[in-house]
Amino acid sequence: MTDVTLTTTPASEPARSKSLLEIDERTKKRNAAETRFKFYGIGAIGIGVFFLVALLVSILSNGLSAFTQTSISLPVPLVQSEIEAAEKSIVKTSKYRDIIGAVLIEKLKTAGVSTDMDSKKLLQIMSSGAPGALREFVLANPDAIGTTVPFDFLTSSRVDGYFKGRVTRAALAEDKNLDSAHLDIVDQLKEQGSVTSGFNWQFIFGSDASDSRPEQAGIGVAMVGSFYMMLVVLCLALPIGVAASIYLEEFAPKNRLTDVIEVNISNLAAVPSIVFGILGLAAFIQFAHLPQSAPLVGGLVLTLMTLPTIIISTRASLQSVPPSIRDAALGIGASKMQSVFHHVLPLAMPGILTGTIIGLAQALGETAPLLLIGMVGFIASEYPSGVFEGFLSPNSAMPAQIYEWAKRADPAFYERAWGGIIILLLFLMTMNIVAIILRRRFERRW
Amino acid sequence: MSEVSGAIRTADEFEPNKATAMENTKISADKVQVYYGDTHAIKDVSINIRAQTVTAFIGPSGCGKSTFLRCLNRMNDTIDICRVEGRIAIDDEDIYDPKVDPVQLRAKVGMVFQKPNPFPKSIYDNVSYGPRIHGLVRRKSELDDIVASSLQKAGLWEEVKDRLDSPGTGLSGGQQQRLCIARAIAVSPEVILMDEPCSALDPIATAKVEELIDELRENYTIVIVTHSMQQAARVSQRTAFFHLGNLVEVGDTQDIFTNPRDKRTQDYITGRFG
Repeated sequence: MTDVTLTTTPASEPARSKSLLEIDERTKKRNAAETRFKFYGIGAIGIGVFFLVALLVSILSNGLSAFTQTSISLPVPLVQSEIEAAEKSIVKTSKYRDIIGAVLIEKLKTAGVSTDMDSKKLLQIMSSGAPGALREFVLANPDAIGTTVPFDFLTSSRVDGYFKGRVTRAALAEDKNLDSAHLDIVDQLKEQGSVTSGFNWQFIFGSDASDSRPEQAGIGVAMVGSFYMMLVVLCLALPIGVAASIYLEEFAPKNRLTDVIEVNISNLAAVPSIVFGILGLAAFIQFAHLPQSAPLVGGLVLTLMTLPTIIISTRASLQSVPPSIRDAALGIGASKMQSVFHHVLPLAMPGILTGTIIGLAQALGETAPLLLIGMVGFIASEYPSGVFEGFLSPNSAMPAQIYEWAKRADPAFYERAWGGIIILLLFLMTMNIVAIILRRRFERRW
Repeated sequence: MSEVSGAIRTADEFEPNKATAMENTKISADKVQVYYGDTHAIKDVSINIRAQTVTAFIGPSGCGKSTFLRCLNRMNDTIDICRVEGRIAIDDEDIYDPKVDPVQLRAKVGMVFQKPNPFPKSIYDNVSYGPRIHGLVRRKSELDDIVASSLQKAGLWEEVKDRLDSPGTGLSGGQQQRLCIARAIAVSPEVILMDEPCSALDPIATAKVEELIDELRENYTIVIVTHSMQQAARVSQRTAFFHLGNLVEVGDTQDIFTNPRDKRTQDYITGRFG
């Protein structure tokens, strides 16, 4: 036994030039290159993560404050005669303002806050929308006249900004709207619990407001506009895109014409979105005379923009279905269409859905084409009254609303722009998560 | 006068042959040429394939045996650049006639592929799909019967009868291939084409499929492409040897393997090339 091992060992020696335990130069170099590459990769990912974190931190730190809002609680006695007088006057809200002013002075007296400001000056701490809100309540609840109703009026954006740390006393020296004296008053009221800050529902469900009332501005109506646009995109882009890709992928003869179409679809995916905007302006508004600023038109433009994305992703997922499935179906006498609709399409479904949702998410965040069809700058102050109006009455969209706010001078709008971005990102995240879940659910193995 | 007698003689000469050929020839191919673009893949192939017989196509890789097989149910139609010339007739009907719809043809000529390719659906749905799209059944119970009998004929019934709802893709490779055979049988074809049906299977599964092929011969005309000469010898009664797109030799399997006429056939079956 030992003999055998002794004789075999020397026999194998000549073939072995070097010990495996020593690493030669070449291998060392290769290993070093590999290690270097790993570090480059980690570095690249690190930079990416850094920027992502920086972006999220800046968005959250700028935008989260939009989700809280300071308000002042005032019990307003609704006196019949006063309200009648107000309704008779020409500028109705000015009388309501007087009512609130009187209540505010009363409130300060009982709170023991001394001030020499008159009612008009004092009202600077409140939103200029407060009288309107009071009037709306009165008109909606005529039964409440004669009673004292506790109201939570919004404070003005500067008071709100003061509590959020955006407005400083030093900065107010330059400001003709608000003095330090105002801040002394709200500080005292805050201590007593009359000025409180809570979640800003109006920001989420409200509509945009004029330049002087940023505290009232909300993204709700724009959200509805975006919703109707997405509905149009989904209902048009998905069937058209899927039908086009199935035809191109499964039925179309491979010739020069289909090659040209194919190349052009890929090119369309890279066309700047503003080009689609101007196309929409020319085709849908100037030629087809559809209403301006309508979500229907916005949806049509975004459909054009989303189609290439959906077609490309659908074709990719159709291509990824193994040919053996098609063979199997054809082999037992299924027609081409049966093989596609019964077997290929279900298998391609996860890819198609993912592509569609990603296309929709892209469309949801698109601003440039909306500029050209008048969906930016238009301030819809009310929710559409019905589904039909939802499609046709002028409205805005979330990204357009954000763009609009970012343009305005008041820093309170700027804060809302960031807040709007947070909401938009939440929507996009939700859609992407839905895409992932759908892909998981529909994925089948073969 | 001489012309007439000549004509008569010719008729006399061919009549008996034709009669026997007609009797059990299921598929006849005459001077078939297949081109892939500029490549001449099948050259001048003429062959008669007998009914209720297993015919094996053997030959080295790339010799065109699979291509020729796929001509028999016009699966080559799905390849754009593929062009078929010549005449292929099943029951004396030209299958490349413009009036023939390949969908109807493929119901008559079923196919089993190299890699088991069940649909990613339940076993039941796999088998019932064919009868359903061809409208062979009116009631669910009829469909149940077809599924059961097809699976029985494919020798799979005992193994799967309790889990017809489980996915066909969850079966083992051999079971999947028998499922594919059951799926092909379910539309009651007359011819079954098999393209290397056992090349992805282990020897035990292969034995089962071969046994099945032998049983199916009673009711179906079977054409099988195989790389394994042992398999050809085991399952087939007739063998055709293809080489470089030519049909070199066709005859009874026994003759081909024991007494090949052509040198190329001899070289191939003795393992000298291929």
